[in-house]
Amino acid sequence: MEALGWWGVPLAVLGGAIRASTPFLFVSLGECLTEKSGRINLGLEGTLVMGAMSAYGIAYLTDWPWLGVLVASLAGMGLGVLHGWMCSRPRVNDIAVGIALMLFGLGLAFYLGKPFIQPSAPRLPAIELGWWSATPQVRAALEVNVLFLVGVILAPVLLWVLYNTRWGLAVRAVGDSADAARAMGYSVNRTRLVCTTIGGALAGIGGSFLSLYYPGSWNEAISSGQGLMAVALVIFARWDPVLCLFAALLFGGAGALGPALQSVGITWGYYLFNAAPYILTLAIMIVTSSTQRTLKGAPGELSVTK
Amino acid sequence: MLALGARARSAAEALAIPAGALAASLILFGIFVAFTGADPLAVYRTIAQGAFGNWFSLQNTLQRSAPLMLTALCTALPASLGLIVIGGEGALIMGALAAVAVGAALPAAPPVVVILAMIVGGAVAGGLWIAIPGGLRAYRGVNETIASLLLNYIAIALLNHLVTGAMRDPTVVHRPSSWEVGERNMIGQIPGMDVHWGLVFGIIACLVTYVLVQHTVFGFAARIVGGNDRAGLMAGLSVGKLTLAMCFLGGAAAGLAGVIEVAAVHGRASSSLVVGYGYTGILVAFLARQNPLAVVPVAILLGGIEASGGLLQRWHELPDASVQVMRGIIFLVLLASEPFSGRLRTLRASAA
Repeated sequence: MEALGWWGVPLAVLGGAIRASTPFLFVSLGECLTEKSGRINLGLEGTLVMGAMSAYGIAYLTDWPWLGVLVASLAGMGLGVLHGWMCSRPRVNDIAVGIALMLFGLGLAFYLGKPFIQPSAPRLPAIELGWWSATPQVRAALEVNVLFLVGVILAPVLLWVLYNTRWGLAVRAVGDSADAARAMGYSVNRTRLVCTTIGGALAGIGGSFLSLYYPGSWNEAISSGQGLMAVALVIFARWDPVLCLFAALLFGGAGALGPALQSVGITWGYYLFNAAPYILTLAIMIVTSSTQRTLKGAPGELSVTK
Repeated sequence: MLALGARARSAAEALAIPAGALAASLILFGIFVAFTGADPLAVYRTIAQGAFGNWFSLQNTLQRSAPLMLTALCTALPASLGLIVIGGEGALIMGALAAVAVGAALPAAPPVVVILAMIVGGAVAGGLWIAIPGGLRAYRGVNETIASLLLNYIAIALLNHLVTGAMRDPTVVHRPSSWEVGERNMIGQIPGMDVHWGLVFGIIACLVTYVLVQHTVFGFAARIVGGNDRAGLMAGLSVGKLTLAMCFLGGAAAGLAGVIEVAAVHGRASSSLVVGYGYTGILVAFLARQNPLAVVPVAILLGGIEASGGLLQRWHELPDASVQVMRGIIFLVLLASEPFSGRLRTLRASAA
């Protein structure tokens, strides 16, 4: 960073936005779909870590990182099915199930992932979009992972599916008014189960990015609340998948602030700057919430905005 | 069939469902460890032994249950208003930091004064910390669950910031730690036992808040709002103030847990405070059905399970996360058994 001096900070934040946003992006797209169907899954933090662990373990054992990504999505699906099934039982609160699944997912990942903390697994390849620049910092900032690009494409696709397909209409109907959807002949529980399952799979893929690309290792501190912040991010993005993409970039950049400042010699407040994404999330929730009105775009059945 | 009164029936059910969930969870956990190559029966024996097997392990269990009682109140008290607050971990940290700060601010005061000041300071710090999501909920409509969980991470960041900076004791090398509160300002043990006074604080806090919620006008008002906040508003209750007060009390309890961890166990603040007492406290509150009185035995039970974690690691070479797995399984099974409430056949009123 020496050659660039202070210019290194915004550049590192930009690089961080691209690099660190992918898990936010996948979790928030998954959560967006889940919430569109009228349920909230707070357990995606556990799903994210479970995905990170299983991807790393599989990549280490088979030497094939993409198989790790696949298994991570299957693990996420499993946890999603569990959430969807439990919430479909009468009198079960989706927020409470989310908390339980978060604790369970974290515990399970730490338990099964214990043997994989030491060994190093192969990482996912990167695409060099900074080849035109001679500055190493620019090249580093523009090193992009395939999963990031997949996420960038997935966001508008999800938006299109939600608003232009029969299935998307069913999801929104179920999320806005379960009674109306039932009257139209849709199965509320089945639609929500499918949405939560897909949401879990996406969060699992987000987790595989954490352990197989950035930061690219497996340990018990791999995620510190990214899965949870992504839930709040969806509210901020007004349940719009494309806005989720921009919000994820913002959160990724905020997370890179602490390390970037440290690299130019500002060590004071390192931990406080690391808390920037949480404070940002809280601030956003305060600004966007209101007791007087329901949020624009909020699914009518969603407990968290009622 | 026994013709039980409605009250007795609901009490029996409140006991039967969590007990059944616990038993089912233990079976599932046994299956789980069997898959990973351990002998489930031996694991059960170790848990029982590590939790309640002898006087030594029982004291260890009681010691661990004290902070769980207090962090459970952080979830159980706001639950009377229908809120799900899960910020016990953060409030515990804030209480601990306040205790350290108070201890440092009163270097020459007699120990009784310092201890009292630490308790008050820690409780206020924890209370204000949880009053934040309470206030945000009541006056801004911010979801209290997400807000309180975010505050946990912010509290951990604050702890790390202070113990590596402003509060750092440079003589401690193995992990960044704050100054000590001082040997003479420690809370000490209950006479005749190897358990600190925190246990008594925890039990008293549960008893007092039980009376508060069940037998005072304040608690009655809170339960009305919890049942239906519109009805509460119609009855002229100030939902906002009730929310702030309940959240403050819950946070104060968790803050007290932080004071105890500093002034009775560690002597200083460091990352060893962040061991998940807040998260286990959530489970305690749910298992106790948010009833402060039931929190006491449930906290002792879960404290015992957590206390056996070390033995599971040593004797069966299970990862230290096995306790976390069990905690998750218990929580999931408990929630999955929720639909059985009010439908247990043997407990239903007989037709005659």
